[in-house]
Amino acid sequence: MMNSVEVTGLVVVRGGHEVLHGVDFTLSSGQITGLLGPSGCGKTTLMRALVGVQGGVRGRVTVLGDAAGSASLRRRVGYVTQAPAVYGDLSIAENLGYFASVMGVTRDRVGAVLEQVALADLGGQLVRTLSGGQVARVSLATALLATPELLVLDEPTVGLDPVLRRDLWALFRSLADAGCTLLVSSHVMDEAVRCDRLLLMREGRLVADDSPSGLLRRTGARDVEGAFLAIAEAAA
Amino acid sequence: MSARVTLATARRVLTQLRRDRRTVALLLVVPVLLLSLLRYVYDARPDVFDHVGGPLLALFPFITMFLVTSVAMLRERTTGTLERLLTTPLGRGDLLFGYALAFGLVALVQTSVASAVALGPLGLDLAATPALVVLLAVLDALLGMALGLNLSAFARTEFQAVQFLPAFVLPQLLLCGLFAPRDAMAPLLRRLSEVFPLTYAVDGMQRLSADGSVTGLVARDLAVVAGASVLALALGSLTLQRRSA
Repeated sequence: MMNSVEVTGLVVVRGGHEVLHGVDFTLSSGQITGLLGPSGCGKTTLMRALVGVQGGVRGRVTVLGDAAGSASLRRRVGYVTQAPAVYGDLSIAENLGYFASVMGVTRDRVGAVLEQVALADLGGQLVRTLSGGQVARVSLATALLATPELLVLDEPTVGLDPVLRRDLWALFRSLADAGCTLLVSSHVMDEAVRCDRLLLMREGRLVADDSPSGLLRRTGARDVEGAFLAIAEAAA
Repeated sequence: MSARVTLATARRVLTQLRRDRRTVALLLVVPVLLLSLLRYVYDARPDVFDHVGGPLLALFPFITMFLVTSVAMLRERTTGTLERLLTTPLGRGDLLFGYALAFGLVALVQTSVASAVALGPLGLDLAATPALVVLLAVLDALLGMALGLNLSAFARTEFQAVQFLPAFVLPQLLLCGLFAPRDAMAPLLRRLSEVFPLTYAVDGMQRLSADGSVTGLVARDLAVVAGASVLALALGSLTLQRRSA
């Protein structure tokens, strides 16, 4: 299996504080990797380093064969921030139309991604009149426009109702099956079972890198939450 | 840079503005109201109205575009859309020129309306042709836009962004020669007024008001305002960093 992402010795310093202390991992193509850990442990910083918007980065971050943030990657990597990055005063279709022009894809992609995130009926609605979960899906749709090879999703399922959450995970799975590499962060441990692989993170370090079943076997825990606790306590 | 992305950005900015009907109304009506007010403040002194009316036509687009751009750009930063855009193939020039195109167009409409009312019903007597007045006013709007874009990088909140108007624009306004002749100022202030771009914007409009022909000095004023806008836009592009803490 090919590696889409290779990270070695990643250190990030923000405002004089080191927030990532030498992180190493790889992401395999066509897999969903979950990045789990408590809020504030450095998940977002790690994701920002992958997409090349994080400053104060040391170490080597290679994405799809190029250095993270290279101009050649901007069409190949999709990034969905935790707070939806869309224009509230534009309609869903206007938002996607603008991002389609920016990404250089044809207009028929707009309809296609709206189907994928189940917003096809709401195209004309202003984004500021939508619910939080709908806005999050508009933001996700903008990242799907250019059919990215790597999709970095920062807490994409926060606040969604269980049915939608299941549908989105089904979408992530179908994207992975089509060859896309996904890195999905969450602080909800029960989403872990839907991933092929898990990176557990705590206080700026990766404390585990394993498949969900491997993690449970190794720690003897019943669920990922238990495994996380076992690892954290063993480290203390 | 790509023409497709620049045009798409300009259209997007204009669509957003169109959704905010009240702002559009304020942009178009306030200059007309203020000019009308001034006309009757100087009811008995039409010569004074002629003297300050022209420069004011240049100042309205400068001030409004300064404010609108600093708030719009701050919103792009705080809502995360700027960071999102910078992870796409969009170039910084696409964003800057997209904004310049959109707000330049708004300034064109704003100045045309204000000039039409001032030169028509209000009886403002300017020596220059209206087209020249509108041209200088649009350049002033772009200068205001470029300065607003720059300063928005130093504001964390919309409160701060709005405070930059008195902090950075009022000193230029006081020293630009509209309130007191620059020759009468303390030498240090006169020097200072010579490096403020707004001085040339107002100076150009004063010359156009008094004398309709494009003299070398008017051309100099136009060039300084255009040059300062380009410089401010170039500096502004430096504030759009892909990588941030």
